[in-house]
Amino acid sequence: MIRAEGLKKRFGTTVALDGVDLDVPTGSILGVLGPNGAGKTTAVRILTTLSQPDDGSAWVAGHDVVRDAPAVQRSIGVTAQDATVDGLLTGRQNLVMVGRLSGLRRAEARVRADELLDQFDLTDAADRVLKGYSGGMRRRLDLAAGLVTRPPVLFLDEPTTGLDPTSRVRMWEVIRGLVAEGVTLLLTTQYLDEADELADRIVVIDHGRVIAEGTAAELKTATGGARLEVTLSQPSDTAAAALEPFVAGPVHVSHDGRRLRAPVRSGSGLATTVVRALDAAGVGVDDVEVHQPSLDDVFFSLTGHPSVEPDEAPGTGPSPAELEVARS
Amino acid sequence: MTVTALSPTSTARPPRSPGVVRRACDVAALTGRNLIHIAREPLQLSDVTVQPVLFTLLFVYVFGAGVVLPGGGTYADFAIAGLLALNLTTSAMGTAVGLSTDLNSGVIDRFRTLPMWRPAVLVGRSLADLLTATVCMAIVAVTGLCVGWRPGGSVGSTLAGFGLFLLFAYALSWGCACLGMVSKGPESAQGVGLVILFPLAIVSNALVPTQRMPTVLRTVADWNPVSAVTSAARQLWHNPNPSATIHAWPMQHPVEASLLWCAVLLLVFAPLATALYRRRTTE
Repeated sequence: MIRAEGLKKRFGTTVALDGVDLDVPTGSILGVLGPNGAGKTTAVRILTTLSQPDDGSAWVAGHDVVRDAPAVQRSIGVTAQDATVDGLLTGRQNLVMVGRLSGLRRAEARVRADELLDQFDLTDAADRVLKGYSGGMRRRLDLAAGLVTRPPVLFLDEPTTGLDPTSRVRMWEVIRGLVAEGVTLLLTTQYLDEADELADRIVVIDHGRVIAEGTAAELKTATGGARLEVTLSQPSDTAAAALEPFVAGPVHVSHDGRRLRAPVRSGSGLATTVVRALDAAGVGVDDVEVHQPSLDDVFFSLTGHPSVEPDEAPGTGPSPAELEVARS
Repeated sequence: MTVTALSPTSTARPPRSPGVVRRACDVAALTGRNLIHIAREPLQLSDVTVQPVLFTLLFVYVFGAGVVLPGGGTYADFAIAGLLALNLTTSAMGTAVGLSTDLNSGVIDRFRTLPMWRPAVLVGRSLADLLTATVCMAIVAVTGLCVGWRPGGSVGSTLAGFGLFLLFAYALSWGCACLGMVSKGPESAQGVGLVILFPLAIVSNALVPTQRMPTVLRTVADWNPVSAVTSAARQLWHNPNPSATIHAWPMQHPVEASLLWCAVLLLVFAPLATALYRRRTTE
């Protein structure tokens, strides 16, 4: 449904895309994952006819994005990174305008706007000017604007960047609902947990190139196995030796001697075995955790740098811990 | 490829009614949007509401006290056509500012991913601005009537004078659309617009007779489209028109000159604006 071959794009001397291939089968969700400046937005802009590639080709719903842009435009819904709704109009006026510019008659556009306002829980705010909307409401309206004509293909460029944890989880629910309806979706994100939550397949982009591709599970497997973390009641010299039979690499002991970390091969049943073994060795245990690798680990092992640069991290999104709170 | 999977409720994708009707619908939707903007930010409208009243009162009472018209007549009768020209010319800047604002906001990306007629963005803008020009004109005319201005011709020729002004404002707005397209942002559009439009309005016969201007300035003024439109209105309204005695062709045939100027402005700037818009929105 969405296909790109060898997309290249440069802006001046900056290479934004350096030969990107993508393939999204009908009814599936592709997560395009990468840090700021990786080329995600450029790829989406090309696929949504906003930008033209310097080289390579792309097709959406069977139409060439350069040669048959109008046909592509009739098949897609877009939610871009910058709010693309009109701040001086009300929510309803925005949706009616988009409907009319998509070829709906005025009455049809009104009916469709009402449906969407209801679906996105914006009915109460429908007749307020957008200036009074929260960030989450604006994003939902932006997403709604992309759905006016029920397009079979959707592009969401960082749909939750800058949202608070509650709005973010809410947005995920909305996106899952769309997917249940059968749309084909390409989603870009800087958040590994988001790709993990929503996408069927993930493409990791860095510096304009695809550096890895697969399901979340495949990517995790590719980076290695699980990690065991044990917290002791008291520092113990015998603990590390007691763990040796279970680990797949060196045991790392923290400065205070209470926390031990080591790579392990299989996670299943491991925690119980470890507790028994440590108990038999006379070591008191406060906590045992077996971590499946996160996509953060994947990203780090693929690119050699964290997915979000430390100086960008504050304010750009919620931490997983915050999300747990928001979900409960 | 089918799109049937996605329609659990209500309307399916509409059959496209392409061509003129569809284009007109796109233009109507965007004109409506621009009018909502104006209604939301009345301050934007002060250019065409407060300023015309203020200018009319200031010019008629301050300048009017000092200007002696060659050929006689009251300054109020002379000045209203000129004040219309001044206000409509300077308020054309709104087109440049409005377009520049849109081009620098995310909403233009939304428009560009919709299967709409692309020039509708420009046409919708020009039509909304034509409506504000009409408001501006009505305000100047009413203020004029209050300070003693009286159009003397028939109803038809009076209306023709107003029509000529609107045509000129519309043509000029396409020039300003080009300016909006080449400027970096709304502020610079406003700055550059002021530098171009103010001299255009002032170096003319709009507010003072041109007879006593230095030769170079007078030649420019006599061939200025603003002078042609102003003279034409004065002639149609039977108001004092000192320029009638000037031998320059546009001053001898102001109505024809006005129509020609408007045609030239539209033929040059409308295609240019469309081309600039395409260039600006291609990356």
